[in-house]
Parts: sequence; structure tokens; C-alpha cells
Amino acid sequence: MNTESQSLSANFRTCSITGIRVDKKAELLIKVNAVVAVVCFLVGVLAALGLVLTRWQAIHLLPAPYYYRFLTAHGLNMLIFFIIFFEMAVLYFAGPVVLNSRLPAPKVGWLAFLLMVAGAVLVNVMVFSGKADVLFTSYPPLKADPNYYLGIILFAVGALIVCGIFFASLVVAKREKSYEGSVPLVTFGALTAAIIAVISLLHGAAIYIPTWLWSMDVMGMDPQLYRLIWWGLGHSSQQINVAAMVSVWYLLAGLTVGGVVLNEKISRTAFVLYVLFISMASAHHLLVDPGMGPAWKVWNTSYAMYLAVLASMIHGFTVPAGIELGQRLRGFTNGTFEWLRKAPWTDPGFSGLVLSVIIFGFLGGITGVTIGTEQINIMAHNTLRIPGHFHVTVVGGTALAFMAVTYYVLPLIFQKRVAFWAMAKVQPYVFAAGITLMSMSMTFMGIFGVPRRQWDITGSQAPFPIEFHPAVNLLQAFFGIGGLIAALGGLMFIACAVVTVFFGKKVTAQSIANGESGLPQGVLNLPSQTHEGSMVSRVHKGGTPGTVILVFIFLACFVVYYFVNWKLLSFLWKIG
Amino acid sequence: MSEEFHSAIVAPRGIWWRPAHKQEKRWIIISFIWCMILFAMMPLWHVRGGQNPTGIRAKVSPEDFVARTNRFIEEFKVGEESGLPVVQPPPGADIYLLARMWQWTPVLKLKKDTQYTLHLSSADINHGFSLFPINVNIQVVPGYDYGLRVTPNSTGDFRIICNEFCGIGHHIMVGKVLVEE
Repeated sequence: MNTESQSLSANFRTCSITGIRVDKKAELLIKVNAVVAVVCFLVGVLAALGLVLTRWQAIHLLPAPYYYRFLTAHGLNMLIFFIIFFEMAVLYFAGPVVLNSRLPAPKVGWLAFLLMVAGAVLVNVMVFSGKADVLFTSYPPLKADPNYYLGIILFAVGALIVCGIFFASLVVAKREKSYEGSVPLVTFGALTAAIIAVISLLHGAAIYIPTWLWSMDVMGMDPQLYRLIWWGLGHSSQQINVAAMVSVWYLLAGLTVGGVVLNEKISRTAFVLYVLFISMASAHHLLVDPGMGPAWKVWNTSYAMYLAVLASMIHGFTVPAGIELGQRLRGFTNGTFEWLRKAPWTDPGFSGLVLSVIIFGFLGGITGVTIGTEQINIMAHNTLRIPGHFHVTVVGGTALAFMAVTYYVLPLIFQKRVAFWAMAKVQPYVFAAGITLMSMSMTFMGIFGVPRRQWDITGSQAPFPIEFHPAVNLLQAFFGIGGLIAALGGLMFIACAVVTVFFGKKVTAQSIANGESGLPQGVLNLPSQTHEGSMVSRVHKGGTPGTVILVFIFLACFVVYYFVNWKLLSFLWKIG
Repeated sequence: MSEEFHSAIVAPRGIWWRPAHKQEKRWIIISFIWCMILFAMMPLWHVRGGQNPTGIRAKVSPEDFVARTNRFIEEFKVGEESGLPVVQPPPGADIYLLARMWQWTPVLKLKKDTQYTLHLSSADINHGFSLFPINVNIQVVPGYDYGLRVTPNSTGDFRIICNEFCGIGHHIMVGKVLVEE
């Protein structure tokens, strides 16, 4: 008995900053998944450079075959490999680590990791050898080498296994009573992400396995049915990102400024709405498809009357309000916005969090709901408005939140001081500015009818030339400059992360006491994670006036953008 | 009564199903109303608006659709441009536009303020119908006939850009529609 508990305790270390008991096996899996995520991100950024410099028509760098090849590689490495590897790390963190518990079946975790790496490598080999020039969506009858589909299947099976390990870790923690009460909100959010991941990956299995067989001429494949089921993976997997990102928001709010959960009931209900309704969002990719009727389109694109949008609007309030209340509890109670003015803006964990919330909400959310409206989609489908939208959700939102949390993961999990600290401090701003400029330019070009996924928009080799509005030339320059700035921000992040992991200086009690560089302020001096007493009631009664103003500005922008689009739509030819 | 607040990494103890602050409640109610407005706009536009992707939807084999397009071209052909037939259908006609790697056939000559039923389908893979610069975008899926009732409201020389990736010649797939008084 005694020896068993000793050998168990040898598997753990106690974090000197948060006091959390960390299972070293979980920690190692967090590390390897995060490192591979950054490698995939690097491949994605390099491909992105090629794409930006090609679509910027004045430069037009790559020849057509390479453009589409890079586009395929960019989509897969960013949207699937980088983000899902990172989410696997989030699951290992939100399960065993946050719950003070042990990781069940670590060997299975390694098997899953190897499957995912094998899948990602196989897909990349197929893409870069030119055997899968089918873009991210691979709509049949466009066909890739069977090994391409096999690679994705392997990757998905690995990810599915990690979700299983995460569920098991919840059971283990509960049974071994490693925590009291209910699971923390971060874990609850990660749980919803894992459930959505299972839903997405099952859709993935339901479409990639038949498509794999079809690519070997074993069976047929209906192009419309493929689009329907594929988007059950393609869009739902973006909702894994949303749920994981919102969990990371809550996590960062707590770590950086002691942000609190305003109301557990409200935040958890909002997460449940994601699980219930968000998978239906795959419909908004099919709004101008011939296979489905208007009733199906209206009901599904609205995720059953926009209840998943309601969920995001709730988080859009509770996250900033939690930050505001946390700051007020720390004493920043003057006026409406002292809590915001005196926030730690030089902490990349905090600035990345706030920029992610703003970009995701204001730009991503508003454009997404608008162009995902059944009729407005007529003006947006497959134009640059689509990538203009999802680069502010997935990149400016999710990827930026993941970068921000990395600045805390490096000292807390890797126990290294962040390298190039001065650069790390500005990195979120650079990345956010680049992505915003690029995405806004794409959105406006899309309004002028510029197509997405198009090597050459001039029609110079076509039977009829295409003459775009002169503003498109200017927008292209903004797009190109924004893209280059964003790529620079991405490379800055990679440099910080890689150099820290491999050459970073160890975090010691000494370095924390001396406040040495490479340690975010939340690590140097972790804000109080709980607040009690009569002062708390008084502050709470005053509410969060700053956030109320911010959310109403948001709502006003939303209403204006939404109805301007209906007005634009009314000018089109009559269609019915 | 003293309240307790904690961050999202702290496990809440006891009963946390508690009433929300009034500001939070108000925001949720307003958001909910806004979501209902977002929802109501779509059915409403079907009744009152002029732009809906409803159409007449049916399955069609690529061979059949090619045959229908050829019959349509034969019947109403008025000339040729850049090696493509130019077709001028009568008002109210069913018109056929075939997408194939990497061509839109035929060139259409239409009349302003006249309704046509525009049938879209593909002979091979997915394509994207994008009417430029009006910015009407419709997915073209092989095996499916999408018949949209369209009424041009302006005259001019329009392009059809393919905006769904369809292989290496994607960028040369540009068609033409002429609308006259």
C-alpha cells in the first residue's frame, strides 16, 4: 500500500505557482501535442506566405498548380492539424491537470498521438507530392490518392481516442475524489468541446471512409450527399474550436487578472447550447446548393432559431464581465473603465485574450451570422467574404487565444521562461493587426464579387476578360500587407515558442522572486482565484457597467451590418 | 449574506444554480430577442423579398443535362462568340447553362425585366456560378438540376465566374451573359 502510493506520488509534481498536482505523464503528452501543433502551424504559415503573395495580383508569385497545392496544405495544416493537436493538449490539461488527477491509460494516449502524427505526415506527403490537389474540402468527383483519405482517417481515429481518454479522466477524477463539488468551468467547456469533437469526427468517419473506398473504385459517391455529410465534419470541427477557445478565454481571464465566473449556471447553459445546436451550422455551407429545400435551409442554418448564436452572445458578455468584475475585486473600481485602462496590456496572455474576444466577436461573429443567412448567402457564397469571415474567427479568434495561452503554458507546463520576451509582448498586437487588415480586405473584395480559391482573377487567359472595380486593386494591396504582417506575427510566435521549448531557461523560485523576464505577470504574481467577504457583495451589486456599454456597442454594429446586407441584397436580380 | 466568486479553474462547491445579476439577465433577454429577429427575417424574405435560393430542384444525370443544353442551344442559337454559341431565348423560357471543365455554355442573351427559369448543372465536377458584377452566387453540383427563376433588372455585359475550385483551368472558366432592353 505504502509503496504503491509512493510510486504514484513519483508520477506527480506540485506546481509551485498554482499549487496544482500535475501528472507528469499528462504533462509530457501536453508537451508533445503542443510541439507538433506548432510544427504544423509553421508549415501552414509558410504556405500562407505563398498564397498571400500569389493572390496579391501585382506579385502573383506561384504558378497555378503550386497555388492550389499550397492552398490545400494551408487549409489542412492550419484548420485540422495545428488546431486539433493543440486541442488535444487542451484536453490533457483540462482533464487530469485542472482536476488534480492522474491520466488514465497514458500508453493509449501515445498510441493516439502516433496515429495522429502518422495521419498528418501521410496527408502532407500526398499533398506536397501533388497527389491530392483537391483543396481542404475535396468535393467529389474531384479525386485524390486513396492514401490522402486514409491519412485523414488515421488522424481522426487518433483524435477520437484522445476524446475517450479525456472522458475517462473525468470518471477517474470523480471516483478518486481528486476535487470537490462540480468540475471547474474550464473543464466543463473542454468537455463540451470533446463532445462536439466526437460528433464531428463521427461525421468525418461517415464520409471519409466511403470516400476512401470510392477513391479505390469500390463504391459510388453522390456529390451532394458528400457535401452534406462532409460539412458535418468541416463545420462542426470549427465548433470544437469555438468551445475550446471560449474555455481558454475563461482560463486566461482567471490566470491573468483573476477574472471570475459571473454565474456558473449561465455560462454552463451557454456551453450546453453549443452541444445541442451548433452541429446544425454545417447547413450554412449548403444554402445555395440544389439538394435541399428552403425549410431545411432556414431551420438548420439558424441552428434552430440561432440558439447557438445566443450562446456566443452570452459568453461575449460573461467573459469581459468576468474580467471586469475580477479587476474591480482587485481594487480597480474607479469609473466605468479603470479596470480596462489599468489592465496588464504588456502581458501577451492578457492582450491576446482581449484581442481574441474582440476580433472573434465584432468581426467574426457579426460577419458569420450575416453571411450565413439563407438569402444573404447568395451575395457571399464562395466569394472572398467567406475566408474573410473565417480568418477572423479561427485565426484572429481561436489561434490567437491559443497563442495567448501558450505564453502561460510555457512557464507553467514546460517550466521555461519565454524566450525573446520583448518580442512576445508585441506579438499578439502584430498578429491581430495583420489578420484584421487581411480579413477586412478579403471581406470587402468579396462584396465586389472577387471569388475565393482563385489563382487569377483577371480572366487574362479566359475567353472573356474580367474588369473589377478599381477599389479592388487597393484592397489587394491592403490584403497583401495584412497577410504579410499576420505571417510575421505567426513567425514571431513560432520563434518564441520553439526557442523557449528547446533552449529556454528553467523557471525557478529564484527567477519568480526576482521577477526575471520571460514570465507573464500572472505567473509572477498569480491573482487570487477566489474572493469572499462583504466587499465582494458590494462590488457585485454595482455590476459591470463597462461591459454593458461594450456589449451594446457590439449589438449596434451587429444590427447595422446585418440590415445593410439585406439592403444590398434587395438590389440584385430577382431570384426565386 | 456574503457572496463567493471564483475563477474558471476552481471547482464550484455546493449549489451553483443561482439567480443571475440583472444586467446579465437583461443582456440574455435582448440577445434572445435579437436571435428571434435574425430567424424571422429568413421566412419573411421568402414572403416579401425578391431574392431567395428556392428554385426548382431535381436530380438529373450529367448526360441528360448536356443533351437538354444542346437542344436548347440548337433551338435558340443566334450567333457565336469566342467559339461559344450565343443563345437568345424567348421571355419566360427555360434556359440551360452547362458548367464543365472549364467552360460555361452557352453565352446567354436576355431581356431586361423578363423572367426566365435558369437551369444550372455540371457535366463533370462541382462548379460555382458567380454572376459578375451583380454578385449572385450559386453552387453547381453534378447530378442535380437547380432551376432558378431569375429576372434581370439592369442591362449590360455580365460575366459568369467559376467560384468553386474545379482543377487547374479553374481561372479560365469565364462565361458571359448579355442583358438588353
